[in-house]
Amino acid sequence: MEMYYDPADLAKFNEIGKDAPELAKKFFDYYAEVFKEGELTEREKALIALAVAHAVQCPYCIDAYTRACLEKGSNLGEMTEAVHVAAAIRGGASLVHGVQMRRIAEKLSM
Amino acid sequence: MERIVAGNMGISPGIGAGVGEAAGAEPFADALERRGLSLVRGEITTLQVNTGYLCDLRCRHCHLEAGPGRTEIMSRETMAAVVSFARRFPFQVIDITGGAPELVPDLPFLLEGLAPLAPRLMLRTNLSALNGAARESLLALCVAHRVVLIASFPSTNPSQADAQRGAGVTETSIAVLKKLNDAGYGVEGTGLELDLVSNPVGAFLPVSQASAERKFRHDLLRKWGVAFNHLYTFANVPLGRFRTWLLRTGNYERYVKTLVETFNPSAIDRLMCRTLLSVSWDGYLYDCDFNLSVGRPNGERKVHVLDVRDLPPPGDPIAVGEYCYACTAGSGFT
Repeated sequence: MEMYYDPADLAKFNEIGKDAPELAKKFFDYYAEVFKEGELTEREKALIALAVAHAVQCPYCIDAYTRACLEKGSNLGEMTEAVHVAAAIRGGASLVHGVQMRRIAEKLSM
Repeated sequence: MERIVAGNMGISPGIGAGVGEAAGAEPFADALERRGLSLVRGEITTLQVNTGYLCDLRCRHCHLEAGPGRTEIMSRETMAAVVSFARRFPFQVIDITGGAPELVPDLPFLLEGLAPLAPRLMLRTNLSALNGAARESLLALCVAHRVVLIASFPSTNPSQADAQRGAGVTETSIAVLKKLNDAGYGVEGTGLELDLVSNPVGAFLPVSQASAERKFRHDLLRKWGVAFNHLYTFANVPLGRFRTWLLRTGNYERYVKTLVETFNPSAIDRLMCRTLLSVSWDGYLYDCDFNLSVGRPNGERKVHVLDVRDLPPPGDPIAVGEYCYACTAGSGFT
């Protein structure tokens, strides 16, 4: 069955450089620089990426950063907690808008 | 997540044959030749002694398919031959491995025979086989001879470690590590060295040794108050039970492809097989524990330690197979 998402596409990411090579180069150079060890370790950056991948619900990123987290030495407990951080922020982002809802409702209500 | 189950899963004869073929990997010898490299012996400094395949665990990554059902263990007679060999050809390091050497009845005889013959005597332990009152005297013997203990401890996450080694093994391992710390192992100033070995708990490459050591030291101290000296990370070799698992779970091709893609030419000179000889449970010489697992003896001819006149000289070729990619991936198996 044809799918919108194909796992094989992940390995073809660099094909995005076709027709716009300079932009792709700038992006991939930046991307590689971001994930190098700095104030944060490569392991910590991969955990953040894993959490963000879940927040943006990118199956390619989840595939890539699950593997990266394991190879950088994170364990399943840490990875699961990272996903909970993403879930908490996403959930919290919804819930905090409830304040706005309540403020508007209060203004409209008697 | 699957659990290791009791019962003999069976042994695959000739398990090394065809490794890499399904993944279309370039033969390892060709990969070396294409780069103008060769894998040859340096000066031999380490004797690895494999006491046999009997083990209380049935780890999913075991290239030797060791387990409770195995009957191949080193006899006292072969141990005497190994001791005589180590006396004739002095080694800097003697490394006793298995299976679980603790389960071999005459291990104390072997330890006492080898201890005076090398500056560094190492005993590999899966920790669980060192558990229980019956091992107290063995531990005392290790302390007395300053035997370096090399303990398998794949992950600080119990569910992942147990998935590789068996349900409840982490809990036992921690209890034994605490007992070893109490005996002075891994404690600064005692001279009793306790090192850990972490193999990945799945079809992925190991983390770099330095960062893994930092993290394990932090986690083990914080979670369980356990100390150790050094941590080594090794890639799993696609042989034996690990290969079976890779094939069964559909991970084989991608895993081998990853090993091939991360081939590191500079690892060749530092590979442990260049300076090591491995003796099998029945007394024959192999280039390494992986060639032992596929039945390829040193020099492609089975020679018993009693019949060895000279050690293989520097420049002697080392038998290679596609599984060698596991030792040359990334920073390498050194």
